[in-house]
Amino acid sequence: MNPAARLRLVDRVNPVSRLAAAMLLTTPLLLTVDWVSAAVALVVQLLLFAIAGVTPGMLVARTWPILIAAPIAGLSMLLYGRPEGTEYWSFWLARVTDGSIELAVAVTVRVLAIGLPAVLLFMNVDPTELADGLAQIARLPSRFVLGALAGARLVGLFIEDWRAMALSRRARGIGDRGAVRRFATMAFALLVLAIRRGSKLATAMEARGFGSDHPRTWARESRVGWPDAALLCLAVGIAALAIWAAVWAGTFHPVWS
Amino acid sequence: MTEASEATRPARVEARGWGWRHAGRKRSALDGIDLRIAPGERVLLLGPSGSGKSTLLHALAGVHGGAEEGEETGTLLIDGEWPGAVRGRASLVLQDPDSQVILARVGDDVAFGCENLGVPRNEIWPRVRAALEQVGLDLPLDHPTSSLSGGQKQRLALAGALAMRPGLLLLDEPTANLDPEGVAEVRLAVARTLDRTGATFVVVEHRVDVWIDLVTRIVVLGRNGRLIADGDPRQVIDTQRDALLAAGVWVPGSPPTVSAAQPVAAASVADLEAVELAIGRRSDAVVREGLELSLPHAASTVLTGPNGAGKSTLALTMGGLLPPLAGRVRAAPDLAAGLRTDPIRWRSRELLTRIGTVFQEPEHQFVASTVQRELEVAPRALGLDAATTKRRTDEMLERLGLALLAEANPFTLSGGEQRRLTVACALVAQPRVIILDEPTFGQDRLTWIELVTLLRGLVDDGVTLLSVSHDPAYLAALGDQHLDLSREALLAKAAA
Repeated sequence: MNPAARLRLVDRVNPVSRLAAAMLLTTPLLLTVDWVSAAVALVVQLLLFAIAGVTPGMLVARTWPILIAAPIAGLSMLLYGRPEGTEYWSFWLARVTDGSIELAVAVTVRVLAIGLPAVLLFMNVDPTELADGLAQIARLPSRFVLGALAGARLVGLFIEDWRAMALSRRARGIGDRGAVRRFATMAFALLVLAIRRGSKLATAMEARGFGSDHPRTWARESRVGWPDAALLCLAVGIAALAIWAAVWAGTFHPVWS
Repeated sequence: MTEASEATRPARVEARGWGWRHAGRKRSALDGIDLRIAPGERVLLLGPSGSGKSTLLHALAGVHGGAEEGEETGTLLIDGEWPGAVRGRASLVLQDPDSQVILARVGDDVAFGCENLGVPRNEIWPRVRAALEQVGLDLPLDHPTSSLSGGQKQRLALAGALAMRPGLLLLDEPTANLDPEGVAEVRLAVARTLDRTGATFVVVEHRVDVWIDLVTRIVVLGRNGRLIADGDPRQVIDTQRDALLAAGVWVPGSPPTVSAAQPVAAASVADLEAVELAIGRRSDAVVREGLELSLPHAASTVLTGPNGAGKSTLALTMGGLLPPLAGRVRAAPDLAAGLRTDPIRWRSRELLTRIGTVFQEPEHQFVASTVQRELEVAPRALGLDAATTKRRTDEMLERLGLALLAEANPFTLSGGEQRRLTVACALVAQPRVIILDEPTFGQDRLTWIELVTLLRGLVDDGVTLLSVSHDPAYLAALGDQHLDLSREALLAKAAA
C-alpha cells in the first residue's frame, strides 16, 4: 500500500459523504441485471477516477481482489446461467448459451461497476475521521461510534494473542492431539481474552470520562461543504444515467422480474 | 487563559468505614477503611498483591461499575461527593500500557478525555500540547500510537489524564510492566507534573524506591484488606519496616534476602546450545542472526537486553516453540532422552518433561476454568495417575501460595497470582529445563523472594533455568550466567 497516494477532490470529501455517495451510486445498479447500465456506469466512473488522479497502476494495486472476483463471478454465470438461445458447449450441468454469455458479461461488468467505486472512494479514509463524521454529521450515538473505533484498534493485538496462545498450547503439552478441538478452545480463549481486553479498554476509557451523561465536545470538527455536495450529485447523476441508458437501449432487466 | 497549575484545584479524599467485595468473591477486597487525604497531599499506597490497592484506586476514579460488579460498604468521597458524580475530578492511569491506548494518533488520544468532559474545542488543543510537553513526549500530534514503546505509552496515558486537569491524579502500578528506562521516564514525567499542578496524588506500587522522594505520605494496606500503617514516608519506612517487609513491600535499604548467583564453572556441560542461530517470529523477519550460546546444566542463565532486541523470541526459540530461521538449537543427549536433538521437532507432550516455558502474558496460557484444573493439564497430558497428580498439584498450590484460590477462575486472579500460577503449571510437569519470560513483573517482595528461592532450589536440584528479565535484583540472584543481548558477545564467536 502506498499511503502517499492522494486523490484530487475526493480527498476533500468527508468520509460520511463518501459512504453516502457509494450507496447512492451502487444501490440502483443492484436493481437491474443488464450489461448496458453497468457498462455506462463503469465507463463514467473510470473517467472520473482518472480525472481524480487514479492511475492504472494504482487501480490494480488497490482493487485487485475485485478485478479477480469479477471474472470469476462472470465465469459461473457463463457456465450455469439460465440457458437461452443457441447452445455453444455443454458438459454435465454446465451449458454455454447466448443467454448465459450475455448474463456473464453483465455480471462481470456489474461487479466492477459496484466494487471499484466502493474501494476507490474509501482508499484513503482514516477510521478516526470516519468515526468523527458518523458521530457529528450522521449523528450516530457517540458511545457506539467511539467504542467501535477504539475496539477496532484491538484487532492487531488479537493477532498477537492468537500466535502466543498457539505457542503456549504446545508448551503446555496439549499441542499434539485434535487440531480442530484445539482451534475451538483457542477461539474460546481468544473470546475470553477479547472480553478482558475490551473491559480493560472500557475501564481506561471510563477513567477518561467516557460514557458519562455529560455532553461531549469534539476536538476534530467533521465538516461537509461543496465538494461533498458535488460528489453526491455525481453519484446520483451516474446512477440515473446508467438506468436511463438501459431503459433507452431496452435492456433494463429488474432483478425481481 | 490560565495555566494548568492555576486552573486545577487539588481534591480532598475521604473514606469512612469503606469496603468493597467483588461480585462472586467470599472475602471483601477492602474492609473498614478510614482514610483522609488533604488537598495536595501525595500518597504512596502500599500492600501485598491482592490487598485491594487497585480496588480503592478504581473506586476513587469512579470506574467501579454498579451493584453487578460488587458490593460497597461505608462511604468514599471526593470533595464531599460520590466519585461517580464528579467524573473528571480524578483521573486514573492503569498498569497495562497496551490496553490504555484509545485512539490511533497521539494528539487525538490525549484529547479524548477533554472531549468527554465537554471542554470547548479551542481549549482542547492547547491543553493537549501542554500535557504532552509536561510528560516529555516530544512527538507530532499525528504520530501513530501503535509505534510507541511501553514507557512512551504510559506517558501518553499520563498526558491523557493530565489534559483533563484533574484535582486528583491516580496511578495504578504505572511502572510495573516497564523496563528500567521506562520506569525512569514515567517517574520524571510524574514529578514534573506534580510540581506544576499541585494536584492530590495517589500511587500504588510495590517498589518504594521509585516514589519515596516524590510522596509526602505512605499508607499501607495489609493482607486482610485493612490499613496497617499511615504517615510520613521515612517514618513509616523506619518504624514499620518489618510489617512492610511482611506485607511484601519493596523497602529501600532491605534488599531481598536470597543467596547471590553462583557463577558457572567454565567446564560445565550444556543442556541446550544455539549454533549460528537466527531468530524471528515470522520467517521473513529475522530479528537476530549468528547467535551462539549455551545453557549450562543445573545452572541459571539470565538474558537481558533493551526492548526489541529479541529476548523473548530467543527464549521461545530455545524452548522449542519457534523454529530457528537459520542455524540450530541442539539439546544434549541427557535432555533429549532418546529423541532427536532439535527441540522444535519434539511433540508437545514430549516437550513437557524436557523444557517448560512460562510466557510473558499469563492470560495467553490459561486453558481451564479453575486454578486446580489448570494445574492438572500437564499431569493429564502426561497420563499420570490420580494419586500422583493430586500429590503434585497439592504441592504446587502450597509452595506458590495458591491453595486458597484452587477453585477460582485463573482469569480473575491478580497479576502476581496469575504469574505464580503459570510458573506452577510448568513446574508440575517437572521439566529438566525451565524457560521464563519476565517472571518477576509486578511481583511484591514476598512472592518475589518465594519465587526466586523456589527457582534457586530447582537449580540446586538439577534443573536448568533460562530467564528473560529486566530486573537487576533477579539478575543478581539468578544470573549464574548472564547473557546480554545488546552486546556483540552473543554473535558468532571464532572457535575458542
